[in-house]
Amino acid sequence: MHFDAFDRYHETESFLHRLDPRAKVVVTFAFILSNALLPDGAWIAFGFSWLFLLFANALSSLGIGFTFKRSLVALPFALIAITILFSIPGKPLTSFHFLLWDFTITDSGLLRFVSVLIRSWFSVQMAILLVATARFPDIIHALEHLKVPAILTTIIAFLYRYLFVLADEVFRLMRARESRSAAAPGQRPGRSVAWRAGVAGHMAGQLFLRSYERSDRVYNAMLARGYAGHLETINPHELRRRDYLTVALALLVILFFQVVARL
Amino acid sequence: MLYSPKPMHIPDGFLSLTISMICWVISAIILSIAISRSNKSLGERQVPLMGVMAAFIFATQMINFPVAGGTSGHLLGGALAAITLGPWAGMLVMTAVIVVQGLLFQDGGLLVMGANILNMGLITVAIGYGLYRGVSMGNRTLKLTVAGIAAWLSVMAGALLVSLQLWLSGTSQLQIVIPAMLTVHALIGLGEALITVAALTLIFQTRPDLIGENSASARGSRGWVVAGVLISLAVVLLSPLASTNPDGLNRVATDLGFISTAHARTGPLAGYVVPFLRSVSLSKIASGALGLTVVGVIIVLLGQGMKAKS
Repeated sequence: MHFDAFDRYHETESFLHRLDPRAKVVVTFAFILSNALLPDGAWIAFGFSWLFLLFANALSSLGIGFTFKRSLVALPFALIAITILFSIPGKPLTSFHFLLWDFTITDSGLLRFVSVLIRSWFSVQMAILLVATARFPDIIHALEHLKVPAILTTIIAFLYRYLFVLADEVFRLMRARESRSAAAPGQRPGRSVAWRAGVAGHMAGQLFLRSYERSDRVYNAMLARGYAGHLETINPHELRRRDYLTVALALLVILFFQVVARL
Repeated sequence: MLYSPKPMHIPDGFLSLTISMICWVISAIILSIAISRSNKSLGERQVPLMGVMAAFIFATQMINFPVAGGTSGHLLGGALAAITLGPWAGMLVMTAVIVVQGLLFQDGGLLVMGANILNMGLITVAIGYGLYRGVSMGNRTLKLTVAGIAAWLSVMAGALLVSLQLWLSGTSQLQIVIPAMLTVHALIGLGEALITVAALTLIFQTRPDLIGENSASARGSRGWVVAGVLISLAVVLLSPLASTNPDGLNRVATDLGFISTAHARTGPLAGYVVPFLRSVSLSKIASGALGLTVVGVIIVLLGQGMKAKS
């Protein structure tokens, strides 16, 4: 497996790709914060936020519907919010009978449910765009510049750097399990669920030992290459006029959404 | 696909701003203690170790085992990280895992990341380590039994916190979300317990020095035992109370001002109500101040932009 097998970066040339990762991180957070601050049912502001999102997509030259296609990851969680359809008091819209209970959907329940989904959906799309236009190591550097404690960013950098090695290790363990789990046709391989969990546990323990021993070798190899306690980068980031102006403009637009929502 | 979403990660939009911020503050305080403790006690050698161990937790979550009907169980890893790495290092490692899951894979939101760190990275480690530390002088069977119970309880504690946060944000109803989350996670927790115990058994057999009496993970303060037991008791007592007597909790939350803020968000002027400030005029002042701050930041950025190279 290649070291950037997990990265969601899309190699291409665009305005967003050239922007400093710090600028992208700040605007992404500001946009998500703004979504959380928009009141329920602020349809005009939601519409503007959506246009902002489409515009950002267009600036990335990945296609205007790029994030839309990848944005359904948060959907299963919507099940948890479904109860607010029935629980908030308001004018009943429709009611139906299911098994033992009567359900009544209220107008304010529906309003809140749709608003929660929209906020979540917009936020996840912006986060997708961030990792599609900035390499993950660059995002970690941006976090470091934005004063996230060095010990955390270093752990995250190592996690990312060695994840593909350990993922390979996991795939080897799983392949070994597969090849030992042959079964006659029509028969299920393996024994009880507890037994299978135990096997998975032994795999986890095995992975722990291999990782632990590998971390020693990693450390010695790094010392040999001149590691002095923190990671260096070969693409130094520099905030240029374009970055400052883009962040300023984006914040102004986001502030405008908030004002529109409250008029 | 290399990565599949894991349960219990809250996406953005599902928690109110108040709850997200409170969770961020709690997580930040605990993490800053963890960072200062780690900076004191860890040599530069430990940081790469913790990084690789964070990758280990991440990779371990990929190991799944078929349960029934196409579903599969897998590890969250909080208790295992706590027992093998010690409490503070375990918290930092779990935090790194949750940050990468949220940032890189959008499994869990960014604004609600404080809550996700608290639910999956901090409370799981506190319970896992606290209970295990209480029997760290006992024999192996006792240790493994307690580790299994701690792993199960840590998952339940995380699920309970998620339910409470969703309810306080006005996103779910207490009577529904607590029984639903706790039933599902009682089963997920069983898988967690079985995997944790099996993994520890293997480590005990092959490298007992790593988690034995003299290892780094066994030197945590006794205070962890108290913290772990107290949190576990709170989980055990609160869960049945919350599902049988939701009205009591609802009243407490209303008295504390959570529920009213949650419901005020549905009104047309809802956005003007800033958390903790019940009086509308004060809220308006605060909203205005927030707006002015943003405008100030924009002006500074423009000034910097004029000075910077193009």
